[in-house]
Amino acid sequence: MPTPASPPMNYLEAFGDKAATISLLTWALLVLSIAVVAIIALLTAAGVVMRRTSLDAQATGREPIARRGGGLSWITVGVALSTLALFGAMAWNAYTMAAINRPPREAALTIEVTGHQWWWQFRYKSDDPSQIFDTANEAHIPTGAPVRLEVHTQDVIHSFWVPALGEKIDLIPNQTNVTWFEAQMAGVYRGQCAEYCGRQHAHMAIVVIAETPDAFAAWRAAQLRAAPKQQGDLAAGEAMFQARCGACHTVRGTLAGGKLGPDLTHVATRSGIASNTLQNTTATLTGWIADPQRIKPGNKMPTLELQASELTAIRRYVESLK
Amino acid sequence: MAVADYDRSLELEQSGAPARDRLTHIWEGEPGLKGWLSTVDHKEYGKRYIATAFLFLMLGGVEALVMRLQLAGPNKTLLTPEQYDQLFSMHGLTMIFLYAQPVLSGFSVYLFPLLLGARDMAFPRLNAFSYWIYLFSGLFIYAGFVIGYGPNDGWFNYVPYALTRYNPGPNMDFYAIGMILFGVSSTAGAANFVVTFLRARAPGMSINRVPILTWGTVTTSFGILFSVPAVSLAFFLLWTDRQFGTHFFDPSGQGQPLLWQHLFWIFAHPWVYVVVLPAMGIVSDALPIFCRRPLVGYTVVVLATVATMVMGFGVWLHHMFATGIPFLALSFFSAASFVITVPSAVGVFAWIATIWTGRPVLSTAFLFFAGFIVMFTIGGVSGVMTAAAPSDQQLTDTYFVVAHLHYVLIGINVLAVMGGLYVWFPKMTGRLLDERLGRWNFWTVFLGFNIAFLPMHWTGLAGMPRRIYTYPEGLGWTAVNVVTTIGAFILAAGVLLLLVNVLVSRRHGAPAGPNPWGGPTLEWATPSPPPPYNFAVIPAVASRHPLWERDLRESGEHSSIQRGMALDEGKEMLSTSALDAEPELIQKMPEDTLAPLLTALAATALGAAALVHAWIAAAILALLLLAAVLAWLWPRREMGQISERRHA
Repeated sequence: MPTPASPPMNYLEAFGDKAATISLLTWALLVLSIAVVAIIALLTAAGVVMRRTSLDAQATGREPIARRGGGLSWITVGVALSTLALFGAMAWNAYTMAAINRPPREAALTIEVTGHQWWWQFRYKSDDPSQIFDTANEAHIPTGAPVRLEVHTQDVIHSFWVPALGEKIDLIPNQTNVTWFEAQMAGVYRGQCAEYCGRQHAHMAIVVIAETPDAFAAWRAAQLRAAPKQQGDLAAGEAMFQARCGACHTVRGTLAGGKLGPDLTHVATRSGIASNTLQNTTATLTGWIADPQRIKPGNKMPTLELQASELTAIRRYVESLK
Repeated sequence: MAVADYDRSLELEQSGAPARDRLTHIWEGEPGLKGWLSTVDHKEYGKRYIATAFLFLMLGGVEALVMRLQLAGPNKTLLTPEQYDQLFSMHGLTMIFLYAQPVLSGFSVYLFPLLLGARDMAFPRLNAFSYWIYLFSGLFIYAGFVIGYGPNDGWFNYVPYALTRYNPGPNMDFYAIGMILFGVSSTAGAANFVVTFLRARAPGMSINRVPILTWGTVTTSFGILFSVPAVSLAFFLLWTDRQFGTHFFDPSGQGQPLLWQHLFWIFAHPWVYVVVLPAMGIVSDALPIFCRRPLVGYTVVVLATVATMVMGFGVWLHHMFATGIPFLALSFFSAASFVITVPSAVGVFAWIATIWTGRPVLSTAFLFFAGFIVMFTIGGVSGVMTAAAPSDQQLTDTYFVVAHLHYVLIGINVLAVMGGLYVWFPKMTGRLLDERLGRWNFWTVFLGFNIAFLPMHWTGLAGMPRRIYTYPEGLGWTAVNVVTTIGAFILAAGVLLLLVNVLVSRRHGAPAGPNPWGGPTLEWATPSPPPPYNFAVIPAVASRHPLWERDLRESGEHSSIQRGMALDEGKEMLSTSALDAEPELIQKMPEDTLAPLLTALAATALGAAALVHAWIAAAILALLLLAAVLAWLWPRREMGQISERRHA
């Protein structure tokens, strides 16, 4: 089951100013750590090799015990050097914390992130109520500008984490945490829930698509449109969808107005389904609608025991939601 | 203590044999099953702790291996998500609670009186009780696991996922009640260590002459006494939230999910030091034996031990850097987490200095300790990386942290424990562990461990979150996970080699004699294994290394191990003053009794009754518990202290 994932989640590479500031600190600490381990390992090994004596010495002589004092300078010098390195790292740490605490510029937009077992709801906020819309699991952002994130959860604790764009932030019940991130380069960034949240914690991936401000504006305009009136076969599929899926899913502009599952108004434009567990293709979509419990056991979408014709009608309607 | 009591001293060489016979007669337990269940001998419980903890280590290890098979490749279906969740939860709590602390308790319970020159722990019956209730708490949680209701929310068990709305089965109730029982065990054990350390040292063993292992244990015990109440309370509140609809943690009724995290981590961060400081003490005491010289920097190492524990209470928030805590708190706890590294550096350089200024003998035990130093350092520096809040907000909840905590727990705890077993197994059994097998044991453990966990740092840096039962292809995680799985199996083979060595050497190992390594501390003055009374006469100590005084020529001090108070008028032990170990009182020791076992049984059964809401049974069991405690504490003439007898 291949999934949308480029670039991978390696966070030693950074694609935004914030992530870059953090990864520089992480790199510095990593290099320092490796150096310390190398020095200590070398000192230990060299001490063992140079000062060793045979196993028999244990039984025979207690000769070497003669020296009692000495060696304290090892501790003094070693601890002094360690403390010096630590305080250097602490200073860098404090500088980094201050640098990323607030965005350098005003945020271009605010996304309200809501965690659900086991999917993500993204609400694009606006002062103008007609400009607010919901999408799920796949967020689009404009490049070159900070994006403000207001995160909270509907159920258990989750953690929003897109490694290449910055740090992770927990979603805590009855609490809204605020953070920001930024992408300098256009691209597809993968993320994942980082706090254990139950059975399908493994299948709660995020995709963030960063695009130029123009492309983003076009995407936003497209998302704001309601679903079109359907004709013929698709109209039958729409009716079927409303009857069987509308209690949980919303398709704006239709009678389907459920709030339990993701908003599916433009689901066909998303690259993945089931919180990016599967790529969005006809085959995976069919499989998912037919038996979601086989793919993500324990998720809230029931297996509906659909007949083949119903399944096809619903699947074709969903694929029309562009 | 009256002057007359000092007159009861004895020169062993002259009147040795009859005195020893009399002491054996006084201290020996009953044979057979009843004797086995009712003994209060600390040596017996030390060995039982170690054996039980080792069994749990192997259970936790098997759980880990099954998980590693599931993670060896992308999209594997060996386990269902629910099975995986129970396995990682059981693995975590088994290793941290049922193995890591109890195994160190085992060493300390066995060694404390021997190291301090005492005949038993200060409270032998409490000692037995701690063991039994530890065993029962482990069995209680595993009973849930066996019938399919194992905890499934990880060892740190975050709410609200642990509440009934998301977790309706009894899984979390098994964990909650089991942990409350376990808390009783560790608290009772800790109180016993503190009192034994303060009041049962041999005359002359002033507070700056005690072995570092006992410092590690007593520091840890204070940590337990201050931290365990938080977690026992947290688990109790969780249980009432689940069973009676209270809202301490339930967000639907103004409960605070973060309250759980604070209560849990203010316990669990100090717990990290609880499971490593005594292990560091093992190394600080045993490494110098093999370097043929005293530890460099005794005083600073002790101060560092105490400082680590104290500071350990001030850094719990670094487990919560991603929860959206205010910037100022973030800065403070981040800085504090850096600073706590300094005392650890003291230990590292003290051990290296001891090697460089000594003549190390490359026995298996020494290899474990030398390997320990490097593993300790790796666990330490990755700890520094997670102390940096911005970096940690990337690292936390990824496999980097999994690697870090395994370096801390296996590197510091398991390596020290295995080395310690090679050192003190001869004392416990009278036979040496096989050195040849020991080499194999060390190298498979050392290499397997590093093959498994060193690459895991990379898995984490490559973005793999913890506690996922599967992962997709194409994220660059597969190859590393295969290597980790292979390493895990090599490590497991290493642990099995130790088991084989123990089982074979117990019967066929070379006879050890009282002091096979030429060790300096009091336990090496007793026969191997020590008689039930430990010391025929109470030794008097004049230096930190009573058995090395002749060789450390400049010391010019003389401990007295052959001549001292016999204390053979009944089961007696000497109580000494807290700082200078001046003799103060002859303490009468309890006879063997079933009371600790029955008390532990009643408490566990009470927990089980509460689990299934059998309230009438619970009330009856509460009365039985009370009866068992009364039977335990009932005043008896033979328990009267010596001063009372004098006035009679």
